[in-house]
Amino acid sequence: MTKVTMTINGKSVSRDVEGQTLLVSFLRDDLHLTGTHVGCDTSQCGACTVHVDGKSVKSCTMFAVEAEGAEVKTIEGMANADGSLNVMQQAFQDHHGLQCGYCTPGMVMSATALLKDNPKPTEAEVRKHLEGNICRCTGYHNIVKAILAASGQDVSAIAAE
Amino acid sequence: MPKDTGIGASPLRREDVRFLKGAGEYTDDIKTYGETVAVFARSTVANGIIKSIDTSVAEGMPGVLAVFTGADFVEVGGNPAGWLINSRDGEPMKEPKRPVLAHGKVRHVGDAYAAVIAETDRQARDAAEAIEIDIEELPAIIDVKEALKGDNFVHDEIGTNQCFDWGWIEDNRAATDEAIKNAHHVTTLELVNNRLIPNAMEPRCSMASYKASGDEYVLHTTSQNPHLTRLLISAFVMGIPENKLTVIAPDVGGGFGSKIYHYGEEALVLAAAKRVGRPVKWTSDRTEAFLTDAHGRDHVTKIELATDAEGNFQAFRTETYANVGAYLSNFATATPTFLHGTLMAGNYTVPLVYVNVKAVFTNTAPVDAYRGAGRPEASYSLERVIDKCARELGMDPIALRRKNFIKPEQYPFASAAGLEYDSGNYDALMDKMEEVADVKGFAARRAQSEANGMLRGFGVNAYVEACGIAPSNLVGVLGSRVGLYDAATVRVNATGNLSVMVGAHSHGQGHETVFPQVVAEMLGIDAASIDIVHGDTSKIPFGMGTYGSRSLAVCGSAVVRATEKIINKAKKIAAHMLEAAEGDIELKDGQFSVAGTDKSVSFGEVALKAYIPHDFPLEDIEPGLEETAFYDPANFTFPSGAYCCEVEVDPDTGKVRVDRFAAVDDFGNVINPMVVTGQVHGGLGQGIGQALLEAARYNSDGQLESASYMDYAMPRADDLPFYTVDHSQGTPCTHNPLGVKGCGEAGAIGSPPTIVNAVIDALQSSGKNVTHIDMPLTPHRVWSAMKNA
Repeated sequence: MTKVTMTINGKSVSRDVEGQTLLVSFLRDDLHLTGTHVGCDTSQCGACTVHVDGKSVKSCTMFAVEAEGAEVKTIEGMANADGSLNVMQQAFQDHHGLQCGYCTPGMVMSATALLKDNPKPTEAEVRKHLEGNICRCTGYHNIVKAILAASGQDVSAIAAE
Repeated sequence: MPKDTGIGASPLRREDVRFLKGAGEYTDDIKTYGETVAVFARSTVANGIIKSIDTSVAEGMPGVLAVFTGADFVEVGGNPAGWLINSRDGEPMKEPKRPVLAHGKVRHVGDAYAAVIAETDRQARDAAEAIEIDIEELPAIIDVKEALKGDNFVHDEIGTNQCFDWGWIEDNRAATDEAIKNAHHVTTLELVNNRLIPNAMEPRCSMASYKASGDEYVLHTTSQNPHLTRLLISAFVMGIPENKLTVIAPDVGGGFGSKIYHYGEEALVLAAAKRVGRPVKWTSDRTEAFLTDAHGRDHVTKIELATDAEGNFQAFRTETYANVGAYLSNFATATPTFLHGTLMAGNYTVPLVYVNVKAVFTNTAPVDAYRGAGRPEASYSLERVIDKCARELGMDPIALRRKNFIKPEQYPFASAAGLEYDSGNYDALMDKMEEVADVKGFAARRAQSEANGMLRGFGVNAYVEACGIAPSNLVGVLGSRVGLYDAATVRVNATGNLSVMVGAHSHGQGHETVFPQVVAEMLGIDAASIDIVHGDTSKIPFGMGTYGSRSLAVCGSAVVRATEKIINKAKKIAAHMLEAAEGDIELKDGQFSVAGTDKSVSFGEVALKAYIPHDFPLEDIEPGLEETAFYDPANFTFPSGAYCCEVEVDPDTGKVRVDRFAAVDDFGNVINPMVVTGQVHGGLGQGIGQALLEAARYNSDGQLESASYMDYAMPRADDLPFYTVDHSQGTPCTHNPLGVKGCGEAGAIGSPPTIVNAVIDALQSSGKNVTHIDMPLTPHRVWSAMKNA
């Protein structure tokens, strides 16, 4: 067992973990932050996406010990301080960018990271960026629309609700 | 003006808030004190005789609490098929037992033959690997036509690989044959409806606990229909009395059909929880999901269309080989028959239809209903052969369809495939589609594409499907072993808020938002005071769950009926309170008033009175305000649509890009346009995925070559376009109280032929006489077709 200390959603956390414990298991099993999901075993689906030191990371591809000293942010830490949905979360609700909700935390984390690097992405850039996040419910239409809306762009010309 | 609340409004989904905050509660998120882990040992060969299994090493390993093999379940029942199909000769279908764990033989890669229960996941995995199994491997049975030759059987005890040989409508067979023989023109097409893997993003997960004091079990599981799962476990598999088993499906991360069925893992964790005396959880990994979730489609079909000289359809005849996999999943026999053959008249006045379906066992994962379930197969066969026919006759594909459409004045219409369509207007849908898709602008867009060195194709499709499955009396006649009604309980609490317990289950469909819209509209109260309860058999009435686009049409109708009962009783109470005749009480905007007077009481006051009946005339009015309704519809609902798309094909690589897609659907009345549009989007994503990307591929040894997201091409965001969706042309369903039709599967039903038709059109535009390419239309397949044309 190795002691690991990191900041998660603004709070310092220390635990003893086994060396092979994945960051996603650490979040889900040790800290009960179950908003980060596991949808595959090949790092393809993106349901486990979190931020480590501001960068979007698939938490199934990283050991917990590798996050020693890091600032980790999960979906549970995304809402505004008053508990209301933040801009990206609100855009997903406003534009019906989620159905079953399982891929949603990863989508929100991934989309947030995109806008940090590219505040006004084109539709094509959004679609390209989401290559590592799979959704089976929405056909992506409303996810792409929500992300464009969250970036402050006018999406009223994009068809339908 | 769009409404803000009630029926026809698009309030934002209330369930979204918890999902967006990571506060959804899926089965694997639930941690129970003392929880143990189940891991399965699964066959790595497709077909083989189990000579021996030695679990002794595994049993002695650290943390191991129990090891199960097939021998532990020989006394319990098999997982049954829910639908009895009789062959053309009257013989009932073959129903080999589907055991909890393989015993005697393994029948597909991934078939579980043992399970380990241990303290931790790692210990359980290590122990599962230490189980020694000796298998005498047999040749794998993979190809459906080859499977019907020789004497190598998936199930030796039935002595054949044919489950059934079904004819529909058998009485029309001779006349159909005659019509085809004598027709002016016959178009023939052989095609494959590619096998798909549902891939709900949440893998299956089941957790059981057992309380010895009451001999009671609780099963949390990823199910679309917890009551049906409980019934199957209780009545057929484990024999646990229904009143000793609670099944809870909490938040479920997508289903698409794959979570309708009862699976052996659910039975195993129940048995294990009792044996080890602690909760037992199994969580599928994605590879297990690929290997063991029920797959979809997998039909090999020959279809013929007979026409006269003017293009009037005279007959459709199809012969289909349907792969059902190694075991019959719960609805496996209904999907290729009554959910497929009965739709083979499509949107058309064709007088004769004959469908032959041979269901075949193979050494592959079970195949069952996947989004659309039989109707995508029907729509694909019909709309592909019609497109080929139009080309052969030199007719415009839209004009040929319109010529044969059922006309609005012909409803109710008895189709040649045995269904009675209640409503529709296919020409209006086609008109709208031509408008919203700017079909007139296609020629200019094609010219532009060609100037860019690309081929552009236009594809069109009309579909009608049968959903809201469906009337118990009808499905009973057709072989269903269950009823297909649904149920709702409306409980008005004393303080005036409502809990509505429903048999439907939401795993993305938005029931928590949509059902309250209906109740709020009926009662004239704020939807925010109404909560939906679903997914827990200890709380909800016996309903059949969510699949086949049935939630609103069937369960929503039960909600309406239960709410009507609430209104009737509330009027009695209001009449008593207002000292008026019951018949004079009117309900408007949440107020009960005496007609023609200013006397009224609010809904909240009536609710409170119902629970404080100090002065009730108890012989006339019982205390309380809670009503249950079971709703069994008179018929399926028949959504229909006109779809079109434009694709660009790169002539150098065969790569297809979907540039535009328009879906115009008739869903009858629409309760929440935002949710309905979202359902269409999702179906389109899956249908376009089927057409261009997805394929479950077994090699000749029965190894699934597409068993991960590295190998199975799931649609990504950059594979798909923005869609144009319209549902303004609704013709209300005539037999349910809301006038609604199912919307959940339409996109997946209508889109595959649209895409393939467009790609063929693109290739034809370059002078290549390509008439068909089997899905998925990968660059390699398209490029090869162009090269070989």
